[in-house]
Amino acid sequence: MALDAIQQKIITEVADLHGVPEGAYNIRANGSSAARSTTANIDIVTKEDNPGIDIIIKPGTKNESVHIPVVLTESGLKDMVYNDFYIGEDADVTIVAGCGISNCGDQDSQHDGIHTFHVGKNAKVKYVEKHYGEGDGKGSKILNPVTNVYQEEGSYVEMEMVQIKGVDSTLRTNYAELKEGATLLIHEALMTHGTQSATSDYKVVLNGEDSSADVVSRSVAKDESEQIFEVSIEGNTACNGHAACDAIIMGDAHVVAIPKLDAKNVDAALIHEAAIGKIAGDQLIKLMSLGLTEEEAEEQIVAGFLR
Amino acid sequence: MLEIKNLTYKVDDENDTTKEIIDDLNLTVEDGKFIVITGPNGGGKSTLAKLIMGVNQLTSGQIILDGEDISEMDITERAKKGISFAFQAPVHFKGIRVIDLLRLAAGEFISVAAACEYLSKVGLCAKDYVDREVNASLSGGELKRIEIATVLARGTKLSIFDEPEAGIDLWSFQNLIKVFENMRKTVNGTIIVISHQERILNIADEIVVIENGKVKKHGTRDEVLPELLGTSAAAAMACEKLGGDQ
Repeated sequence: MALDAIQQKIITEVADLHGVPEGAYNIRANGSSAARSTTANIDIVTKEDNPGIDIIIKPGTKNESVHIPVVLTESGLKDMVYNDFYIGEDADVTIVAGCGISNCGDQDSQHDGIHTFHVGKNAKVKYVEKHYGEGDGKGSKILNPVTNVYQEEGSYVEMEMVQIKGVDSTLRTNYAELKEGATLLIHEALMTHGTQSATSDYKVVLNGEDSSADVVSRSVAKDESEQIFEVSIEGNTACNGHAACDAIIMGDAHVVAIPKLDAKNVDAALIHEAAIGKIAGDQLIKLMSLGLTEEEAEEQIVAGFLR
Repeated sequence: MLEIKNLTYKVDDENDTTKEIIDDLNLTVEDGKFIVITGPNGGGKSTLAKLIMGVNQLTSGQIILDGEDISEMDITERAKKGISFAFQAPVHFKGIRVIDLLRLAAGEFISVAAACEYLSKVGLCAKDYVDREVNASLSGGELKRIEIATVLARGTKLSIFDEPEAGIDLWSFQNLIKVFENMRKTVNGTIIVISHQERILNIADEIVVIENGKVKKHGTRDEVLPELLGTSAAAAMACEKLGGDQ
């Protein structure tokens, strides 16, 4: 199945792909697989019990990437998919997911992706997930991603979650469990506008000695949009956990930050920071003194903040 | 030429009494001059600088740049007319890098090499800084120099520096003086520096003393500085004056 122009444009938005990607990939369009490629080290297998795929990465695979973008261009489609990643020991890979919805119709379009990662000992994974919505129909664009991460000893996972534009409603649920010496870094960049709503719920459980997690969210809420950011870090041993939520609030938006730290060991070092505020007046003044209009200054501040 | 005519800026204090921060002030600054504005704290120096940039809106009077009345213009318009401002307390930006700020200042997508040039001029080892965020991870002295670099990158006909020495350590200050001495030689436009520092006063063409919201003195460095410093030069001048009278 070939992608049409709109689908190709959305793939570019969510996966930075301008053609067929190198390495392994699986492109899902309107609820079915549109294109797939595997490599000697990375296999992609269609699930038999549920919609979705298993992505199996051999131990020791180095510097390879997997792209698994999803596009929805049919109005009224409700798509649900289970993708399981098995990342072998000592592998070092980049996984680019992402979902784009173009909804010009009047019915809601929805994609719920459930991603589960089994990260082998000393493996290193960079995961990038971008969300994008467009289309001026009355139908909503809804994305409810779930990620479950199980990290073995010494593994390293870096997750970048970006949702900047056009998604009407999101409920993001993330769960992670870390064994000894494992590291998890999560960076979320979120912007909501109009009457959009976005809820992010992160839960990290640090079970292994010297495991560490850093969950950082930067968000901008404009117009009448609403954001809820909930993060919970549980430390069951000597470990390090840090969570930060930093939000810019504009217009009539509503932002809620709910931190929770749960230490069950005297050597669990857990920290949380949260800040919500409008754009500082002195930032606007500085950029205006460089010749920018107030609107241009705001754009620059927001773009930098969400970088 | 910058002309300030009958400038007044009033504020209401906590007790609802009106206070004149700038009181019917008149000042003319000619093109290409290096002017240092000095005077006691609370005298109105910084307020005057902010009124010129449009950060504060004047109560009455006129600010005229090259014959054009800019009194009613907002900050952006004044910036576009050719005024730059280095703030006393540089602003932090999360996510905006030094290179981004210099590009915004230059008004174009300048190369990394060009950005490094500006950073070198303020004594920063450029490659260490271009990709850094303009945030609290930089020291006060570093932020101050980046602030000055943004003004250099703009290259406008009038550049105002509000207490560049404030909040930086002695070592950084020595370097900062060099930056201004260098700027004195290389910048063609008019420079106004608000400062208390003798070494900055020493490189001025003209010195303006502001006290109680008014210009108390305005003259060449040789006319004003000795008196300010109360040095032997001042004493000599006074003696000369006495001798002349007798």
